[in-house]
Amino acid sequence: MSDLKSTGPQTADAPTPEDAFHEVAALEAKDAQEDIHDERVKGPVLAADGTPLKRSLNRALRMQKMRAMMLIAPLLIFVLITFIFPILQMLWRSVENEIVSQTLPNTVIALEQWDEKSGELPPEDVYAAFVKDMKVAVANKTHTKLGTRLNYEQTGLSSLFRKSGRKIKKWDPETGGPFKEKLIKVNKGWGDVTTWQTIKLHSSPITAGYFLNAVDMRLTPDGVAMQPENKQILLKLFGRTFVMSLVITFACIALGYPVAWLLANLPARSANMLMILVLLPFWTSLLVRTSAWKVMLQQQGVINDTLVWLGLVDDANRLVMINNQFGTIVAMTHILLPFMILPMYSVMQTIPPSYLRAAKSLGATNWTAFWRVYFPQTVPGIGAGSILVFILAIGYYITPEIVGGTKGVFISNRIAYHISSSLNWGLAAALGTILLAVVLILYWAYDKIVGIDNVKLG
Amino acid sequence: MSVNPVQKPSTAFTAAMSAAAGAIAGLLVGTAHDQPTLGVLIGAILIGIVGAALSKVEQMEQAERGTRWGILAVFIIGGFALSGVAGAVVGALFGWFFGWFIFWIGTGRYRAPLAPYLTPGQVLWHYTFRVIAGAIFVFLITPILVVLPLSFNAQDFFTFTPEMLRFDPAGYSLKHYEDFFTNNEWQRSFRNSLIIAPFATIIAVSLGTLAAIGLSQSHVPFKRPIMAILISPMIVPLIISATGMFFFYSGVGNWLEGALGMSKSLTGYIKVILAHAVLGIPFVIITVTATLVGFDRSLTRAAASMGANPVTTFFRVQMPLIMPGVISGALFAFITSFDEVVVVLFVGSASQKTLPWQMFTGLREQISPTILAVATILVGISIALLTTLELLRRRSERLRGMSPS
Repeated sequence: MSDLKSTGPQTADAPTPEDAFHEVAALEAKDAQEDIHDERVKGPVLAADGTPLKRSLNRALRMQKMRAMMLIAPLLIFVLITFIFPILQMLWRSVENEIVSQTLPNTVIALEQWDEKSGELPPEDVYAAFVKDMKVAVANKTHTKLGTRLNYEQTGLSSLFRKSGRKIKKWDPETGGPFKEKLIKVNKGWGDVTTWQTIKLHSSPITAGYFLNAVDMRLTPDGVAMQPENKQILLKLFGRTFVMSLVITFACIALGYPVAWLLANLPARSANMLMILVLLPFWTSLLVRTSAWKVMLQQQGVINDTLVWLGLVDDANRLVMINNQFGTIVAMTHILLPFMILPMYSVMQTIPPSYLRAAKSLGATNWTAFWRVYFPQTVPGIGAGSILVFILAIGYYITPEIVGGTKGVFISNRIAYHISSSLNWGLAAALGTILLAVVLILYWAYDKIVGIDNVKLG
Repeated sequence: MSVNPVQKPSTAFTAAMSAAAGAIAGLLVGTAHDQPTLGVLIGAILIGIVGAALSKVEQMEQAERGTRWGILAVFIIGGFALSGVAGAVVGALFGWFFGWFIFWIGTGRYRAPLAPYLTPGQVLWHYTFRVIAGAIFVFLITPILVVLPLSFNAQDFFTFTPEMLRFDPAGYSLKHYEDFFTNNEWQRSFRNSLIIAPFATIIAVSLGTLAAIGLSQSHVPFKRPIMAILISPMIVPLIISATGMFFFYSGVGNWLEGALGMSKSLTGYIKVILAHAVLGIPFVIITVTATLVGFDRSLTRAAASMGANPVTTFFRVQMPLIMPGVISGALFAFITSFDEVVVVLFVGSASQKTLPWQMFTGLREQISPTILAVATILVGISIALLTTLELLRRRSERLRGMSPS
């Protein structure tokens, strides 16, 4: 059993009940038949209460597993319900599109017969079915919601549904026909082929439309196409989020490395003093630090005032450092820097300083000794810190919102905008899903490189 | 290193180093007066001559005190003559620096703490590196330090007024603190934070500690996936958690109000508390499992063999020993909830407005320096938390028989 690893410290040398559990765990893997045969020959070893020892130990192991699971279960269920489930719900919402087929069930069926590529308007029965559906929808007041939903795909449909709803309310779907001319007279939008194409294209209960929108594409009768130029903003925003997060990560490496090195190489007393300077920002509220940067970077802020006072900058041309990418990068580098320093520091602490001296005594120059001997040993720390900082940066919302203006915002600000202002929740969910996928890949990489159990705080 | 003999460097060296420092200062002053080249020249020549002259003095250490005061006075007067009070302050800084720098170089004191075999290039790099690292520390700490005095501003500005710079008592006031403690909006949000954070902490700590104890048992099926799920709230970006919770809790809220007949504000609190509890859980799990790694399991067996039932064992033996981990986990969970704004923004309604939310709207819309007063109070709280954590860490190490480093 020498290859078994114990999870806790085994303080006593004598066998403990813990060792017995380990043995049972190993025995389970073995061929059971052989053991039973063994027992027949030698006779089973009995526990104090007369049951065979093996069965007794097995029961104890089962009990222990049960007890562990019982302790974990409440939290696991809590997290599954209030965290994992909401995330899955969000994933579902990014493809869910039942509103069209639910609000216009007859129209959707009638539209199946119509060829959207023919360039002709649908026949009268589609219009009749549409009026019938709209009558119900107007009574339930769901037609405006549908209009809003379809408006994401084609601008103008929201008002079309709203205005026509008022008229259709007064019609009688059984006797009022034919409706084709009547509807087109109400609003010539119903005489436009693209309106019907949009309804048909987005009638399926599950859609990739939100995901296509999230990468600046859309569904057309001829397949997937790019959005018109003036609506292409999200890919650019994804790109900017990515690039700025990278810049922030590299800035954190550049600033964090010397500090971590100094902390790891100073005597313990002064290192602890300096550590406070790292930990205090780490522990300070995010909003405090963001407001501090607002105070610092404003045109009438501390940095500009100091520069003007020193005469380095003219009062009339104060530097613009806020509400742009520079502001976001500076503030976020400051906020995320401790997350880079702490893992680097914990790695550098374990590197004996004698290695560098040994390299130099063997004739390495300062640079070679650093680059070939010291630096490679610190790479795990850099990797851990970088992934941590990048994951945190890519999903940041508060700081870009306050110091980023319009040029320095991230994709998360767009998600928040779609949740609270434009109410295009499907698109928000799709953007969130893409972001989540990126983060999970990075998280997986982090787990491979560092191991999630090695996350340390403070 | 104390055996390292300190040699007085040559006059030329002292003069050159002083001139270099003078040139940098001259560049600064020169740029301010639109004459950078002239500034560099004057600075280098002036300080270089002073350095050379002082280096010629035989017993340099004995002259130090008086000379440094002299240099300081000359610089203050010179600065004042050049550009008034501001110049005097800058002059005082420069004067103090040069007084110290010339003697530090001139007496060879800079060499004392370093290994004797270092080449001049290595010595230069050593100190350059210190200066760079010092600048980074300044970058880390300045924003926080700047907020503190500004919160006592008598004006409604986000910047230093001339009165404040003159240290005129009229420039300072406690009115922003007064505003914080009397304004209904701020007080209500503060109260909300004080309601939500403790409840979220209690849920996170009680469930989290139990689960951490379960996870630290030797045979836990599916340990890694379980751990990944429990840690996930920390990894998933807040904006995504907030989006998911936004959809989820709007349904939950309707159900609580409709089926259970709860009031709107109560459901609001329940929603935010549950959402914050989930966010705090990973911190509790991580800190408590870290403490349990060093926990000697034979203690529980000893307790059991002496007749204690599992509940007694837990509360009388295990709990006191892992308490430091539990408390630091609780502090993390508390600060997570107390500091959280994205999720509460999405899940809560206006009546659950917390302190960070209020600060966020304040920063985005109507800028009021009360935010800085609140920020100062929060910095105070974080210093208190940091101290508590450090004391706990020492206690934990003492309990485990390790000496605090």
